[in-house]
Amino acid sequence: MKKKKVNIAVTGLNATDNPGPGVPVIRALHDSEFFDVRIIGLSYESLEPGIYMHDLVDKTYQIPYPSAGKESLLQRLEYINGIEKIDVLIPNFDAELYSFMKLENELKYMGIHTFLPTFDQFEERHKINLSEFGKKYKIKVPFAKAINSIHEIYSLTPEFTYPVVVKGKYYDAYIAYNPEQVLTHFNKIASKWGTPIIIQQFIYGSEYNVIALGDGKGNTIGAVPMRKQFITDKGKAWAGIAIDEKELLKMTTRLIKNTKWRGGMELELMKTQENEYYLLEINPRIPAWVYLAVGAGQNLPEALVKLALGIEVEPYTTFNVGKMFIRYSYDLIVDLSEFEQISTYGEL
Amino acid sequence: MKIKKNIAISDSGFIFNPSTGESFTVNPIGVEIITLLKEDKVKEDIKKQILDKYQTEDIVFEKDYYDFVGMLNHYHLAETNEEEES
Amino acid sequence: MQFAWSYKTNYLNAVCNIFHQEGSWAEVVSGFEYDKAIDNGVAGSKIIFNGPNKSEEDLKKAIKNDSLIHIDHLEELYSLIFLAEELKKRPKVAIRVNMDTGIYPMWDRFGFNYENGQAWDALNKIMISKKLDLVGLHCHIGTFMLSPNAYAIAAFKLTDLAINIEKKYSHYIKYIDLGGGFASKNTLKGSFLPGIDTNPSIDEYAEVISSALINSALNPEHLPTLILESGRALIDDAGYLLGSVIANKRLSAGKRATILDFGVNLLFTSFWYEHKITPAQEFTHYSEDTVLYGPLCMNIDVIRENINLPLLNKGDQVVAHCVGAYNVTQWMQFITLRPKIVLIDLDEKVHIIKDNETNQTMVSLEKLPEHLKKIDLK
Ligand SMILES: Cc1ncc(COP(=O)(O)O)c(C=O)c1O
Repeated sequence: MKKKKVNIAVTGLNATDNPGPGVPVIRALHDSEFFDVRIIGLSYESLEPGIYMHDLVDKTYQIPYPSAGKESLLQRLEYINGIEKIDVLIPNFDAELYSFMKLENELKYMGIHTFLPTFDQFEERHKINLSEFGKKYKIKVPFAKAINSIHEIYSLTPEFTYPVVVKGKYYDAYIAYNPEQVLTHFNKIASKWGTPIIIQQFIYGSEYNVIALGDGKGNTIGAVPMRKQFITDKGKAWAGIAIDEKELLKMTTRLIKNTKWRGGMELELMKTQENEYYLLEINPRIPAWVYLAVGAGQNLPEALVKLALGIEVEPYTTFNVGKMFIRYSYDLIVDLSEFEQISTYGEL
Repeated sequence: MKIKKNIAISDSGFIFNPSTGESFTVNPIGVEIITLLKEDKVKEDIKKQILDKYQTEDIVFEKDYYDFVGMLNHYHLAETNEEEES
Repeated sequence: MQFAWSYKTNYLNAVCNIFHQEGSWAEVVSGFEYDKAIDNGVAGSKIIFNGPNKSEEDLKKAIKNDSLIHIDHLEELYSLIFLAEELKKRPKVAIRVNMDTGIYPMWDRFGFNYENGQAWDALNKIMISKKLDLVGLHCHIGTFMLSPNAYAIAAFKLTDLAINIEKKYSHYIKYIDLGGGFASKNTLKGSFLPGIDTNPSIDEYAEVISSALINSALNPEHLPTLILESGRALIDDAGYLLGSVIANKRLSAGKRATILDFGVNLLFTSFWYEHKITPAQEFTHYSEDTVLYGPLCMNIDVIRENINLPLLNKGDQVVAHCVGAYNVTQWMQFITLRPKIVLIDLDEKVHIIKDNETNQTMVSLEKLPEHLKKIDLK
């Protein structure tokens, strides 16, 4: 079979110790039997490792930060598309998703396909709305409350018992054992991501995650549950194993069915001593450990590209239980001239 | 005012300080001025060249040059023990 | 559906009259604003009188003119009952209700609380007194509301009160006034994404409010009129402030600073917005992070703490965007005079709608005691 040539733009090239999903997504796309891909990297900073991985990324362009607004982003994408003729764009950062979702129609008009959640799906699963979400879809979630001011910190008890998790709107989560620690984290997070800050009851247990892809009509195109085996001090999985946990799969397919989820997602869950799963968070995008799913037999990024292009996709129903991923870091050797190129011209 | 000998600047305006590993970018006029400074030109020469080449006024040059040199000093790109002050 | 122009947002007469021409009533919160609306030719019955500070004189005037008096507290309620007897006239009243709509902070200092029953008590007092004509229910849940759903909650709570009044007294409320608070396109300080991308559109607010009212238990035969007192959303984006660069500086840490000829004295709203500021002449694509200062001799006079701007020179002009709301009513006369305001009409004709202040305007109200008139400072 002759492979179909496609140009795919990917963000999230920050393969650091708090990795973005861009590089593994690109690896998955290169593994595709169906597509022959040219990868256009989209970066925010000159030191995102993916920029310098020339066997994975054909060309990288800097794009403006989300805080510059969607107009600047659109202008930059128009320029890039004029050169690269992008077929599909896969954004991988939570903080940028909003802008790409807003631009969905403009991008479509330029011939760029995306496969993103709808605004309702995006908002409904938002950390701030998670309690409501849990009620609506009958999923256990930890007790949580959004606070806007430090004055609310001292009245968190007795509603909460310490420790609690202090979370930002987009990123960052810290455990706090007393009000003073909540205050420290509140200030730190608020200065970066603004308010409100979410206070979530800390749940003791072990961490499980599920990666899944919904077709927007209620069907689950693929799903792989994973148990974290090694966790970095930033709380990121450094090793994990694909597990056969019917309950998690059932929960995922039900969630996708009821929400008609469109696009990639990651469920973060905590399993308590009593064997109950609590949903901690839903990330509305492919997670950084996506390559485990690929290794276990589900090339979800490839399926996402097919969905974006309107190509029929056969849902994955099985995967190789027991496949593991073990992350490692690798020192790329880079010439100063390349760093200069991306820093001064915004292209490499 | 002298630029440190080991400071490299490329046409793109990319400045690299090999002894600290820091890098900076400047605009085309910045490239011109640094190139002239590296040729050991003194302020009066540089002023003459710039004023000959561009339509600008003495006072504008003075202000911008002062600001620019201030930044070069701030980022330790200039020689510290020079005999002649800008 | 009826708009009432919220005077405090921008009470230049030219601006008020644009809204009145479009059919807006007037929403005022002081005797000063009330008289301004009357002077603009607004019929007394089309003036909504809000706010916690209405003097007895104000109330008498409003009663005589059949204005819609929105009661803020019990003192006012009792004064009105007393004045109704004195003037032998039934004042047209509504109460302002405050409530929990899931929004922080809750504006519970204005009006009567819904959840603890204060509002219902006040309504009963009005109905039982028989001296006041209860025509409406009012709330204003806050300003710059980024969550349209709060209006659904507000609408639900006001209709709930209306239905209870109807049940108990067979009395129909004529209007429900949901106040203002819709966001303009400005960016609030501390937000991560620019307001123009994220703030709800008017359509989104409209959708939420109309479905809440239509789906409520209100009797469709007696649907009350919806009144809105939207302020900033209607005028903010239409105002621009033009200024110029006074000087550039380097701060001690190397950061670029630009001093403009307008500061928080004219652009009061820079205390809570990150106003968009753009150069008004051609510029290169080379830019630098800059702090923008105003010209005042106060450390708080900062227009933008950090903005990426092309390098501006002394005398270059800049435009501050979305400044139409709350600036010409809240600006301060501090150490300098305030500028002219012009209006550009649909045919692009320019009209001066307020002259610049002069030293004479500033001293015209001053009086010098006799013994200070002669000074001898040679
Ligand atoms: C009672 C009342 N109505 C309306 C408004 C106008 O609000 P906005 O400009 O947020 O629409 C205000 C403003 O504070 C108000 O207090």
